[in-house]
Amino acid sequence: MISAIKRFFNTFLLIDLLKGMAVTGRHLFARKITIQYPDERTPQSPRFRGLHAQRRYANGEERCIACKLCEAVCPAMAITIESAQRADGSRRTTRYDIDLTKCIFCGFCEEACPVDAIVETRIFEYHGERRVDLYYTKAMLLAVGDRHEAQIAADRAADAKYR
Amino acid sequence: MDFASLVFYFLAAILLLSGLRVVTAKNPVHSALALVLTFFTAAGLWILLEAEFLANALILVYVGAVMVLFIFVVMMLDINIEEMRKGFWDHLPLAGLVAGLMAVEMVMVLGGDRFGLSAPTAKPAGYSNTRELGLLLYTDYVYAFELAAVILLVAIVAVIALTMRRNPNRKAIDPGWQSKQTAEGHIRMVNLKPQHPDYKNKEDDE
Amino acid sequence: MDYLQQLLGPAWLPIWTLAKIIIIVLPLLIAVAYLTYAERKIIGYMQVRIGPNRVGFFGYRLIGLGQPIADAVKLMTKEIVLPTGADKPLFLLAPVLAIGPALAAWAVVPFTEDWVLANIDASLLYIMAITSMGVYGVIVAGWASNSKYAFLGAMRSAAQIVSYEIAMGFALVGVLMAAQSLNMVDIVNAQRGGFWQWYWLPLFPLFLVYLISGVAETNRAPFDVAEGESEIVAGFHLDYSGMAFAVFFLAEYANMILVSALTSIMFLGGWLSPFPFLPDGFFWIAAKMSFVLFLFLWFRATFPRYRYDQIMRLGWKVFIPVTLIWILVIGGFMQTPLGYLFH
Repeated sequence: MISAIKRFFNTFLLIDLLKGMAVTGRHLFARKITIQYPDERTPQSPRFRGLHAQRRYANGEERCIACKLCEAVCPAMAITIESAQRADGSRRTTRYDIDLTKCIFCGFCEEACPVDAIVETRIFEYHGERRVDLYYTKAMLLAVGDRHEAQIAADRAADAKYR
Repeated sequence: MDFASLVFYFLAAILLLSGLRVVTAKNPVHSALALVLTFFTAAGLWILLEAEFLANALILVYVGAVMVLFIFVVMMLDINIEEMRKGFWDHLPLAGLVAGLMAVEMVMVLGGDRFGLSAPTAKPAGYSNTRELGLLLYTDYVYAFELAAVILLVAIVAVIALTMRRNPNRKAIDPGWQSKQTAEGHIRMVNLKPQHPDYKNKEDDE
Repeated sequence: MDYLQQLLGPAWLPIWTLAKIIIIVLPLLIAVAYLTYAERKIIGYMQVRIGPNRVGFFGYRLIGLGQPIADAVKLMTKEIVLPTGADKPLFLLAPVLAIGPALAAWAVVPFTEDWVLANIDASLLYIMAITSMGVYGVIVAGWASNSKYAFLGAMRSAAQIVSYEIAMGFALVGVLMAAQSLNMVDIVNAQRGGFWQWYWLPLFPLFLVYLISGVAETNRAPFDVAEGESEIVAGFHLDYSGMAFAVFFLAEYANMILVSALTSIMFLGGWLSPFPFLPDGFFWIAAKMSFVLFLFLWFRATFPRYRYDQIMRLGWKVFIPVTLIWILVIGGFMQTPLGYLFH
């Protein structure tokens, strides 16, 4: 009986609704957690998986030995590799393309690579005006690697003990 | 010609045209919307006659409620217009008779002076149409008014009784029952601790 | 002003009335624009976000105050797409049918004792009649679009608005019983003497019913099944773009402001100050309207959308009985010496 009366007043005085409104009312004054992106940025992990890059050794020799492990492991089949023998007898890629419209940024290529040639950088703000702009060729990947080598090397070093 | 009669002729023209559209429009929805316009302009004419309560009630009841439901139904129905037009010539004599009778009645009202009706006189300031109407309805015509109300109530009850079908296998949800439900008896709170395979939790014997 | 009156002669009355209409409509449209801004900002804050804060004036951000202007310009320059198979005249008429009543109702709304465009006797009836026509914009839009989602939205809206109009009308019957007048200026004057004399207290159930029915009448969350983004995409205005869509938007927000004004006038004492020693004035009605509008936004930020059968149950099985019972209570009390409580 008493519970029925209590329920009646709870219903008609909209107690439950007021409780809900109290929650949103509290949040009206809560500290806002929005990150205003171009001005502020969230911190990035050294393991961040963004735009791909091809690395070189310190002497300028490209690392990639065209083993095609990354091509094999790529679940999205975004990587296309063709290889040939160079004049000095070593095996090198003649073509190394990554279609970024296919890539799912899983990082498997990076894991599979025995010489740390293909890596994913912290860059996530690249763009293209046409679809073909997102089809990265070997030269473009090497250029990315050259531009950001210091950051890439630092990230590998920071993550080295967990690998 | 003063302003009021200008407004009258304007509204009357719209009224006649939209009334014509009601019967000539091929699409039933257009026809129903033309009827809405007819009611609206009729309300405007009543306001010219200083019958503001009736005018507002006309819009509120007919435009705001009855026609909405009417259009609701007309939109839902898939009406075959060809089928509807078939009986046009058969029903013409009867329709013509009704229209003729209505025309005669209109003439009798409009040519009122011949039948002993006089034009309404201007009302003094502070005259409230609503108050007068209420006084009349609840004093002189109270029985007729109550009778009309009872008839409407009976009609509502009858309609509900006719359309209500209690199917015992009905699976529709009852929102009233739903909103009465509470967590009691439906939810069991279990205290689950994060567990390691090697660690045997003594309290968690369930 | 007398000089102007003499100069214009018989043309004075229509010109002066037009000027008064503009004086009401222009601030109303600006209020609508900034209500959208306030809505995004307040709901953003309740969701621990910031809301729009980029668009400003002359290179200053000004916490995003330029946003409504930018939105308006964007909508005005967009193309109005006519769907194939749409009923063209009705498709274009629907936004007009939506905004017409939303603006026409303001003719009788008093802002102070003297600031009212047309102080007519039956202003409450006029408001009820005009607002009941707002549903046609939605129905005609939904039907003329020739789209299933839009049609579903129109059907839902028609049933919902007709149901809640009854509860709303009964709530207002309680008010006019207490005030013994259909004139809104008289209704406010009947509430004179401090906030405990306003009708929200003696007519508390009717106040709640009116407020919630007002939310339902304007198709606002949690009663926004006519739009229902997550169920029927955008309901009745699914096929509208550009300015035609903007007109629907204007109508919705103008209706919100109208309902807030009516709630303030009927139940919160209009332009009367809450304490007798403070002067009355336009400030008070503006403050009360802002409060009711804030409630509207607060509801939207808090409650999930009602299910359709629950809306119907609430309207027919809860609100209408509650209003009927409270009308009986008022009528009964008015026959006893305690009747002064309701005046």
